[in-house]
Amino acid sequence: MHIPDGFIDAPTSAAFGVVAAAGVGYAVRRASAEAEDQVVPLAGLCAAFVFAGQMLNFPVALGTSGHLIGGTLAAVLVGPWLGAIAIAVVLLVQALFADGGLTALGLNITNMAVIGALGGYLLFRLALRLLPARLPSVPVAAGIAAFVTVPLAAAGFVAEFALGGTVDLPLGGVLGSMVGVHALIGVGEAVITAATVSLVIATRPDLVYGARHLVRQAPLEIRPSAVRAPSTAGQPADG
Amino acid sequence: MSGAHAVAAPVGGIERWRPRASVLTRLPAEVRIAATFGYVVTVVLTPITAVWAFAAHAAVAVAVGALGRVRPLAAARRMLIELPFLAFAVALPFVVAGERTEFLGLTVSRDGLHQAFGLMARATLGVGLVIVLAATTPARELLTGLARLRMPPVIVAVASFMVRYSTLIVDQLHRMSVARAARCHRPRTIASTRVLAAALGSLFIRSYERGERVHLAMLARGYTGQLPEGLPRPPARPADWAVGGLFVTVGAAIALAGWAGAGGGW
Repeated sequence: MHIPDGFIDAPTSAAFGVVAAAGVGYAVRRASAEAEDQVVPLAGLCAAFVFAGQMLNFPVALGTSGHLIGGTLAAVLVGPWLGAIAIAVVLLVQALFADGGLTALGLNITNMAVIGALGGYLLFRLALRLLPARLPSVPVAAGIAAFVTVPLAAAGFVAEFALGGTVDLPLGGVLGSMVGVHALIGVGEAVITAATVSLVIATRPDLVYGARHLVRQAPLEIRPSAVRAPSTAGQPADG
Repeated sequence: MSGAHAVAAPVGGIERWRPRASVLTRLPAEVRIAATFGYVVTVVLTPITAVWAFAAHAAVAVAVGALGRVRPLAAARRMLIELPFLAFAVALPFVVAGERTEFLGLTVSRDGLHQAFGLMARATLGVGLVIVLAATTPARELLTGLARLRMPPVIVAVASFMVRYSTLIVDQLHRMSVARAARCHRPRTIASTRVLAAALGSLFIRSYERGERVHLAMLARGYTGQLPEGLPRPPARPADWAVGGLFVTVGAAIALAGWAGAGGGW
């Protein structure tokens, strides 16, 4: 759920617009240094993937279902910089189609792209450091990071609310309920993230950015065949 | 019914609007984006105590929608997107502290009632105005408008890729869900997460590989990291900007009148 217009006052929204622009700008610089001319197609397709992935409903219980937010998943799969750009672009396009306030775009990008993708990747690397350095640790670390990132993004919202909320709600109550509810959402996010990362690792481990240092990149080698290739020279052509 | 649960809509949310020609479509997209943004800012700055000011804003929004020949039903359906948020606003009168008052036979907080109204009014107007923008502007023109408004080229390029390919990828997701349904998969419990996550994983691999293929195809056509400018329309003239400015001025006048009439408030 994205923050709509008018929930946080204008000065705070503007200030977080600056934070979001700085965060995304930094991500663009780092991504360009890393992937050069690949940034646009890969981040674009990743944004389309996150957009589509958010349409897939996972049944939770009692007929309710939830969908993925995708910040940590994108960051682990394509890296924090491309992932943050992709999430920010998804939010921008969604805001242009009335999902999330136009004036609240900076707030939403701060929570979901800066905290969600960049923060999520940081937590992922931390979790990975505590686990054994093997490939199966990667989905576990991704799940842990996703689980922590969701309430963390909710806490980001509470901080914005404390600075510029337009309604008189007790801050402690907002913090408690937002973080509490999002801890539950985080469990779902963690399960989906871990399961998705584990599938990608099972089929194309080389694609998972967060696992690159664990995948042995075998260089191409020439293996001379034991069977001698049939010589075609000097044979008459069929005819 | 169970199909609606798991099967994603075959058409993504992006290219759903097919704008009809109207007075609004004559304005370049950059003017419309800037004017919408400016107007939403004036809505956010309108004090919540000035109920009539929000009524005036709503009248302006409806008038603009009518000018843009927006289909009312489609717009109303699109506005359902703010439903979860409205549930939050409805709770406000019961949880905000302060003086109690009677409303529809219930004892609620007077401040909470005001704030819930302000929250709903601002959010609804914001959604409504953006829907008018989205419904009168094809996605491609929105992107051109963003580029003309000096949005960094990388972001515009990534967004244009997303818009172009999300239909394909959403379709792919849909085909995968049809394939699952054909194999008697009915996601009902949390146990089906494994299967759905596998679908998401293969969707990622297919998206990534498509990205690589597209990148190679771009390289083959001489791509060096800069997309060529193929702008479909000439940039806005001063007269266009004047129309946009006038629109925002109307909003600002309503907001100012709201402040004067409300005698402060906040």
